Amino acid sequence: MKQVLDLLRREARLSPREIADRLGISEPAAAAAVRKLEDDGVIVGYQALVRPDKADDGRLTGIIEVKVTPERNRGFDAIARRIYEFPEVKLCYLVSGGYDLLVFVEGDSLRDVADFVAEKLATLEHVTSTTTHFILRKYKESGVKLVDSAAADRLPVSP
Amino acid sequence: MTEAMSSRARVARVVAGLKPSGIREFFDLVMSMDNLVTLGVGEPDFVTPWTIRESAMFALEHGKTSYTSNWGILELRESIADYVTRRFSVTYDPTCEILPTVGGSQGYDLILRAIIDPGDEVILHTPCYVAYEPMILLAGGVPVAVETSFDEGFRLDPRRLAARVTAKTKAILLNYPSNPTGTTFDRATLQAIADVAQEHDLILLSDEIYAELTYNGAHTSVAALPGARERTVVISGFSKAWAMTGWRIGYLAGPPDLIRAACRIHQYSMLCCPILSQLAALEALRSGGEPMREMVEKYEQRRRVIVTGLNEVGLPCHLPDGAFYAFPSIASTGLTSAQFCRKLLVEERVAIVPGSAFGAGGEGHVRCAYAASFDTIQRALEGIDRLMRRL
Ligand SMILES: Cc1ncc(COP(=O)(O)O)c(C=O)c1O
Repeated sequence: MKQVLDLLRREARLSPREIADRLGISEPAAAAAVRKLEDDGVIVGYQALVRPDKADDGRLTGIIEVKVTPERNRGFDAIARRIYEFPEVKLCYLVSGGYDLLVFVEGDSLRDVADFVAEKLATLEHVTSTTTHFILRKYKESGVKLVDSAAADRLPVSP
Repeated sequence: MTEAMSSRARVARVVAGLKPSGIREFFDLVMSMDNLVTLGVGEPDFVTPWTIRESAMFALEHGKTSYTSNWGILELRESIADYVTRRFSVTYDPTCEILPTVGGSQGYDLILRAIIDPGDEVILHTPCYVAYEPMILLAGGVPVAVETSFDEGFRLDPRRLAARVTAKTKAILLNYPSNPTGTTFDRATLQAIADVAQEHDLILLSDEIYAELTYNGAHTSVAALPGARERTVVISGFSKAWAMTGWRIGYLAGPPDLIRAACRIHQYSMLCCPILSQLAALEALRSGGEPMREMVEKYEQRRRVIVTGLNEVGLPCHLPDGAFYAFPSIASTGLTSAQFCRKLLVEERVAIVPGSAFGAGGEGHVRCAYAASFDTIQRALEGIDRLMRRL
């Protein structure tokens, strides 16, 4: 099961047949393992990793550092939920350090993201401050480089 | 023309006599084509792990550009000794039993020259790596081939080996896991070989450069077996396991008299290994373990995919124990390996290597290196499948 998960973490589109061949297990066993990972909620989705410069759809991501005052008895979860339920929010982590919540907000323009932060995030009751950074270029995401790199030039045959 | 100018041949007899590698013509043809799908490459498709490359850049920035001792950097030797003890349970004294070399290649050049007197015989098992026979000949020795076959899984029968020992036999050269067959030798076989060496007082040369690329259980070094260490020189290197072919760095490990003899040649012919490569190798042993294991895991998965695929398209193939080569039989096609590879190259633009390149017992097989992406392996298998359907 762990081996199947390790494979899918890197290559989500592998078919049961491919998984079976690589791990030396049967195809039904591979299919069952994938189904179980999905049923148990270990795997919750599959998404394409997209290079923004190539997709060129003008999408923009803002990284927002959010400071909050935690609520009595409810800690950070309630306020986090008030934030992550917005569909504009693509990522939301509770983190240690100089601020509390790290939030990625996606929009069609700088204006979009800035408005969202000013109107929706900063106005929330327990939010004490926000700092916004816009992503200018993505070099790497989920362990995958999002830039061109020269192919290695091995000889086509060698002993 | 030039030869006619002189009454004596300009090129030494031993060099002129080296058989042009049986596949030179095939290689030339490959080189003249582009857009190939290739499983012909005997080196990792990965680049050297970043941590190693980064350390070399750092070393260069800090002006590490000088010669080192003939013996190489002591810290590297200590690190190799630690590594060999940890992984293969043999201990070596880093001051006189380990010698960094310019790849495994220089390692066997040195050790063969160090032990061979003219006419001495060196027994080796074939099919084998292409360089062994020429190197033995250049050192003045006589290669004696013990052929292994597909039917016995290319395993070496120690009794047949023993039968080839003569009064002139000086050494036995082993390579496991093997290029091109992927076969490795188990403890019992190695012990039997070591016993033969002991009985006839022979030196064992053990090329274990693919040791880390062993997929069925752990690699056993012959040097770790009772009675073998004092007569064994292990030849190894960083090219394969750490994807460092271009750095040209490896090492010899063995008893001090033989390693000192090798170093005596090394000090004049090479002086020392490139310092940058020595430092990179040191970093490989420090922090390259994890990236290496990730590469090995990939090879292991590819191995299963390619062996399943080859058997499916009608080329019987053992599941190799190690290295990154599959060595299927093409006997059913009725073609020689050179004919088969040429057809595959010209008609399907897929490059693999004819088994005939690897000496006796290699004919009737082809070597498919799976140090290639899954996509490349898949496309090569499709090309082989189409060719097989036309044959
Ligand atoms: C069995 C074997 N030994 C040695 C070598 C040479 O390795 P190095 O790059 O360390 O010289 C190779 C390279 O293909 C090999 O296959």
